[in-house]
This record gives sequence, C-alpha cells and structure tokens, in this order.
Amino acid sequence: MSLFSLARFGAVLFKEFVQMRRDRMTFGMMIGIPILQLVLFGFAINNDPRNLPTLIELNDPSPVARAVISGMDTSDYFEFNGFVFGPEEGDRALRDGTANFVVVIPPDFERDVVRGLSPDILVAADASDPTAVGSAVAALGGIVERAIAQTLDGPLQSVAGRPPPFSMVVHKQFNPEGETSTNIVPGLLAVILAMTMVLITAIAIVRETEKGTMETLIATPVRPIEVMLGKILPYVLIGYVQTLVFLIAAKVLFDVPFTGSRVAFFVGFNIYVVVNLALGFLISTLVRTQMQAMQASFMTILPTILLSGFMFPFAGMPGWAQAIGTAIPATHFLRIVRKVMLKGAELADIAADLRAMVIIGSVIVLISLLRYRQTLD
Amino acid sequence: MTAPAVSVKGLTKVFDGKTVVDAVDMDVPTGAIYGFLGPNGSGKTTTIRLMCGLLTPDGGEGRTLGFDIRKDARRIKENVGYMTQKFSLYGDLTIRENLDFMARMYRLPKRKKVVAETIRGLGLEGRGNQLAGTLSGGWKQRLALAAAMQHKPRLLLLDEPTAGVDPKARRDFWDEIRRLSKRGVTVLVSTHYMDEAIQCDYIAYIAYGKKLIDGPAADIPARVGLHTWRVDGPELIALEDALLPRTAVEQVARFGAQLHVSGTDEEALAKVVIEMKKKHPEHHWEKKRAELEEAFIYLMATAADNFGPNGKAKT
Repeated sequence: MSLFSLARFGAVLFKEFVQMRRDRMTFGMMIGIPILQLVLFGFAINNDPRNLPTLIELNDPSPVARAVISGMDTSDYFEFNGFVFGPEEGDRALRDGTANFVVVIPPDFERDVVRGLSPDILVAADASDPTAVGSAVAALGGIVERAIAQTLDGPLQSVAGRPPPFSMVVHKQFNPEGETSTNIVPGLLAVILAMTMVLITAIAIVRETEKGTMETLIATPVRPIEVMLGKILPYVLIGYVQTLVFLIAAKVLFDVPFTGSRVAFFVGFNIYVVVNLALGFLISTLVRTQMQAMQASFMTILPTILLSGFMFPFAGMPGWAQAIGTAIPATHFLRIVRKVMLKGAELADIAADLRAMVIIGSVIVLISLLRYRQTLD
Repeated sequence: MTAPAVSVKGLTKVFDGKTVVDAVDMDVPTGAIYGFLGPNGSGKTTTIRLMCGLLTPDGGEGRTLGFDIRKDARRIKENVGYMTQKFSLYGDLTIRENLDFMARMYRLPKRKKVVAETIRGLGLEGRGNQLAGTLSGGWKQRLALAAAMQHKPRLLLLDEPTAGVDPKARRDFWDEIRRLSKRGVTVLVSTHYMDEAIQCDYIAYIAYGKKLIDGPAADIPARVGLHTWRVDGPELIALEDALLPRTAVEQVARFGAQLHVSGTDEEALAKVVIEMKKKHPEHHWEKKRAELEEAFIYLMATAADNFGPNGKAKT
C-alpha cells in the first residue's frame, strides 16, 4: 500500500482544473484582477503628477511676469488654464476644484524687480491633496529661477546672477501642514461606504434567491417594491451609522476639521448611498450566488480605490484613467467630502459633483430595472 | 359539480427557446387530491408556478380558483398556499418568527393568536424559539406546510414536498394532506414516489413538458392498457433475463420476491407465459389486474425512450 497515489492526486488535480474552468466568474477574476492591477498601478497611478490645473491672477502684464509664467508652464508640472480677476475668484476656483494652483503676480512686479525690491509671487496651492501638489511646489523654486535667468538681460542685467530678484511665497490652503491623514480620512468615507453598501445589498438580495426563500416570498401577495424597500432601508440606516461613527472618529482620532456646509454634506451623502445601493442591487440581478456577489462587489472596489483619486491624485492619471474614474460614484463623493470637510464648501460648490452622481445613479437604476424584469420570469 | 379549482388550456412556457411546458390542458377538481407526476425536468415545477401566477405563460390560458392566471396573479396568491421543492423559509429565523413573517405577508388579523395556534397544531409548543434551520428534514417540511396553510387557502400547491424526507415523516405528511383534503382544501401535489401517487384521487403524468395522461387514479391502469402476470419461484433473475428480449414483454418489474411481467398485447404475452411455464415448471404464474404501479413504471420507461417530438401519448 503506497502512502501517496499519483493517480488519485492527478485525479483531484484534474477535477480542480475542470471546476475552475466551469466557474467562469472566479476564472475571470483570477485572470482579470492581476491585469487590472497591473494596468492601474503601472499606467494610471502617478505619485508625481504633472499638468496640474493652474490659474493666474496677472496684475502686471510685463515681460518678466510672462517669463515666470511660461517657465512654470514649460515645466509640465503646471498647466495654465486661464486667468482669474481678484482674490475671490481664485479662492472659489480652489474650493470647487477647478484649479489646484492660483498664481498671483502682484501689481508693478517688473518695476519692483528692477528696483531690487524683491516682490512676492504668491502661489496659492490646494493642499487638501498633499501628494498632488507636493512635488510641484518642491520644484517651483528651481523652475522659476531658470526661466527668469534668460530674461534678465539689457536693463535688467544688473539684478541677474545675484540672489533671486523676487521671492515665491507658497500659500498652502485647506491643509497647511500637508497632513496625509487630513486628505486620506475624508476619502476613506467614500471608499468604506462603497465597500459595505454595495456588498451588503448585493448579498442580502442574492441570499434570498440562493436559499430559495425568494420563491416563497413572491408566492405571497407581497409586491416587489415592498420587498425591495424593506430589504434596502436597513442598509441605508447602516450607512448612516457608519458615517456618524466615521465623522466622530475623524474629529477625535485624526483631528480632521469639518469646515463646510452640513446641508451640502447631507445631500451628497444621501445621493451617494442611494447610488451605491442601486449598484449593489444591479450586481444582485447579475449573479446567482452570494459568493459571486462578493466577487463582483470586489471587482468594483478595486477601481474605486485606485481610480477615484482616493489613493492617488486624480489629476496625475492619464486621460483614459480619468474617464473611467469619472464614471465611478466614489470619485464624486470623495470630492464632495474633501471640499465640504476641508475647504469649507457650500452646496453651490459641489453642484457639479452632485450632478455627476445623479447621472451615474440614474444609469445604474435604469439597467437594474431592466434586468429585474427578466429575473422575475 | 362546482367549477374546477384549477383549469388550464394550452398552457405553454418557453425558457431560452426551450419549450418547458408544452400546451398542457389540465383540470383539478375542487376538493380533490391531485397527483402530478413525471420525471425530473419534465416541467412540473414550471406548470405549478404558472398556475399560481409566479410565471406568466407564453401561451394558453387558465383560471385558478376562478381567477385569470395572467391578470389576477395577486388574487390567486392571496388564496393559494404554495410550498416549494426546497425548504424555503428562513433558516436563520426561529419557528415563530418565520410563521409571524408569513402571517404578516398575508396581512392576517390577530396574528399572534394565529401563529400560536399554528405552533400548537404542529405540536411544537415550547420550541417556537428554535431556529428553523436546525429542524430535521421532516419537521422543516411540516413547518413549511403549516406556514403555507396559515392564511387558510382553498388550494394548496405542493411541489415535491417530501423529496429527501424519511418514510415515517412522509407518512405523517400525507396524513396531514388527507386531513386538509377532508376539510375541503384542494391539493395539487407533484411527486416522484409511487406510494404517494397511489394516495391521490386524480393523476396527471407529464414528460418533456407534455401531458401524457390524466384522469381519476382508478382509471389510469386501464387507460395505459397493460396486462400483467405475477410470477414467483426460484431463480427470478435468470427468468427476467430470459423474458426481457421478447417483444411481447414490455416490462418486467420486481415487487419484493415477485416479478410483474407486463405487455400491451394480451395474446402475445399469454403465449410467452405458456412457453415459459413449460420450460420452468418450478415457477408459479398468475394473471393479475394491472395496477397503478405497473402503469407508472411503464409510463416512466416509455416516456424516457419513446416520447420524442411525436410521442405516442395514450390519453
């Protein structure tokens, strides 16, 4: 009697491969997830993001000022998208996320440079995402000095070669210490809710189908809408509890401020929860078992973490990755949370994000309703 | 005669291009125990689901308890008790919670009292707080039946209620069904088991989505048209091997220590019997009336072999 039968071992091995092949979902995950991760980590994620949207408040349209700007522009870190007029406009652009930087060239800049008064160029940076703006800020000094050196000839020769004829003052807004936790913690809410809401809803619904209880249920006079609302509402409440716990923990443990409008937060939060529940519902109409529901939910978590701007700066991703990211609900809720908590945003500042979430949610609801009809028959 | 509890005509259901239920006509008389037989995958479950409005038919029409199965699904559901093949109450709820939930689904008045009565009727007093998932197979089925009966439906649709349940529990279950039938509840029950089929007043046999035969249980053997001889004696296995190749012998079934030899051609079968008697005088042959048992074995065997697209259905 041998201790190990190669034939039996081979049989088990073979059976396992056959089962693996039959279980399309798992098989797809095994191939799909590594490829997805490779693509996302390899191409989409960039911790040294370039082309950050920048606006200029140009109070002195002189050659020297233009040299500074074109120097910044050619560095790839900054992408100049236009001009703002007055500090208020600049502040708004930073708050609603239109720009990561606002560069303010003071009045009479060139004249002061010539006089050797060393005027200040103010660079207001949105530091709520410190990773995104960090390297650009670090590179700022060198870029400008090099750019300006070529311009300083003729009447300006006198100031060349000496210590910089002006100074760059970087004003980090919303998160002046550049604390990573200040940026990560609000984003976590978007990810945590996405993970739990989608998964729990999908599983709760699929469980009824898998265990056969759905058949008993629909054999009673109960209406589908009664079942759906009754099943989903408890999870909305769970979402509320999670958020409450989160907000308290953010304040107590991480000292993350909550500077913006509570109403804006509440509105954004509720829409986000509904969108996630709808996504969970959609998954439940696509799968048959709780196991598959879990796998499918996991599939949605990966891009949520990697492409939403949670872990890595959104601005640093290539266009195609940003396009995918824009279709992810968490991307927009993440912006809402950061804007409201860190930047003191009001309802008007998050209008664009709300609109995006409503559109995504409507598409999901539409698809799942179409699917649900089929599963009844 | 009162109107039938269920009456369907030309009932048809197609799943992904496959006709699962094919033009089935059926009448379930009010107050009867109606047995619904057929091999696995023959369309029994789908037919029952169509009858209680869980599925919409692709063809045909029908009425259950007088309500149109297409338009009045909700009214049907209110008046029908439906028990699924698999245990489909909540295993992670207690017995009482399950019954209470079902009572709420039907919006029963005096819910607490109804549930308490159901638990008493089951003989489960004191165990109401036990999780339903921890019950034995037989008890699960009785609980499911009780849950399906709580709203006092006039029609009970049971989809293989006793599959995988031990014989004692099955007998108890059928005692309960007969009790309900005496109270005037119409019962439509699908089953694989011959001993259960025998207890039915009416029977329909379906294979590949087509109804092959239906009628009062007592008429079925004659309608199938089998003639049967009972034989006992030694060496029955050798005898069976000798009988099977003969065309007149269409079926040899073993019942305990006897063989039941059947065929549709009475004379040809008799000739074979005489010949066998000469060869093996030690066997004792006796002509018997064909019973339901032989009829079903015959139906099942021929359904599997012969009932193709243009099957030779005997109705």
